[in-house]
Amino acid sequence: MTPFRALLLRDMRLALRVGGGALMGALFFLIVVTMTPFAIGPDLALLARIGPAILWLGALLASLLALDRLFATDHEDGSLDLLMMGPLPLELSIATKAIAHWLTTGLPLVVIAPLLGLMLNVELRNTGWLALTLLAGTPALTFIGLIGAALAVALRRGGLLLAVLVLPLTVPVLIFGIAAANAAIIGPTPFGPPFTILCALSLASLVLGPIAAAAALRHGLE
Amino acid sequence: MPVIDLANPTRFLAVVNRVLPWLIAATIVLFAVGLFGAMKAPDDYQQGATVKIMFLHVPAAWLGMFGWALMSIAALGTLVWRHPLADVAGKAAAPIGAAFTFICLVTGSLWGRPTWGTYWVWDARLTSMLVLLLLYFGVLALYWTAEEPGRGARAAAVLSLVGAVNLPVIKFSVDWWNTLHQPASVFRMGGSTIDPAILTPLLIMALAFTFLFVALHLAAMRNEILRRRVRNMRLIQAQELHA
Repeated sequence: MTPFRALLLRDMRLALRVGGGALMGALFFLIVVTMTPFAIGPDLALLARIGPAILWLGALLASLLALDRLFATDHEDGSLDLLMMGPLPLELSIATKAIAHWLTTGLPLVVIAPLLGLMLNVELRNTGWLALTLLAGTPALTFIGLIGAALAVALRRGGLLLAVLVLPLTVPVLIFGIAAANAAIIGPTPFGPPFTILCALSLASLVLGPIAAAAALRHGLE
Repeated sequence: MPVIDLANPTRFLAVVNRVLPWLIAATIVLFAVGLFGAMKAPDDYQQGATVKIMFLHVPAAWLGMFGWALMSIAALGTLVWRHPLADVAGKAAAPIGAAFTFICLVTGSLWGRPTWGTYWVWDARLTSMLVLLLLYFGVLALYWTAEEPGRGARAAAVLSLVGAVNLPVIKFSVDWWNTLHQPASVFRMGGSTIDPAILTPLLIMALAFTFLFVALHLAAMRNEILRRRVRNMRLIQAQELHA
């Protein structure tokens, strides 16, 4: 088994089994979306208009909440040190961890998004578009969040510090994600440009996130 | 004295102590000339007297971005060259850059109220500048939470380099998007679109702001070096008490 595959399977098993927080993010997402109509009132027309924005904001917060676990538990039990000394370049092992993290926390958000969209009065045929924008955008949230998670674990801090560091960097993802979702659902602007920029953000953060996070870990934990 | 000698904090402090009074004097003279020129400058035919806010707003915006650029270069110094003063420079630049960015946002919104009819719009230039301020707050939060200065400095250096992607976004936001904020008018292809009567005091004010930034930065670096020395002395003292 290649180190890549071994690490990927290990992280996914850890996240899915008892004590892992894989579906906690999806649950949080569900609760945030449920709370919104209580806050703004059950006006269906208004909900339909701001539905994509609420879903994107909920997904952003849910993925942020799960980031804490990305390195913290590995740091506590020492396996992060092993990873840093292991055969895989640190950038690659971090990227692997982030992919496992996205598969267990990001992908569930994408899967339940159509259902939550229905709760916010987004039409059934449009929920697929919404999920597509989340599918393209949530990897960027994970890989940008990776940098914040690495910085936080190097300083042995988490929680609010992580949010303060990561949220400003995710602004472009939010802008183009919601722009793409609104273009698909409401129109009249074309869906292509914001969606391709969203994909570009995901791909760019896939490259830059692990490099920056590896630098943070190397300089922070030495 | 070769430049490399400045890496020694003691020699650096000596140079700063010698240079700083002159720098402060030059800053005051430049501000006097710049403000005088700004007051004498004619009103804009559309904006009236509110155009004077620009003499504070534009230099503050430049220096707010300059502060982050400085932090990015200092971050390279910390992470790549391990220059002993680089993390001091980065840490000293953060609050000053944040302050200039804040001044830029406040003066901009005070100008926007009579001119645009609103204090704030969510256009690309304003939003990216606000994100810059939030990034500054993130860096400051890192420094606040780090127990050990070196560790915090390296974490902040990584964040500075990552946050540098925002600088070109700010610069080109007025070209990429259709913003309410006016497009670039000082540094552009084909020369400035501003009348010399207003442009000259603006550039003098920009120079004055730059001198102010450098003076504040050197003073803050000096304070940070002294603060670290005090911290080390306290640690040694505590160890001696313990032993």
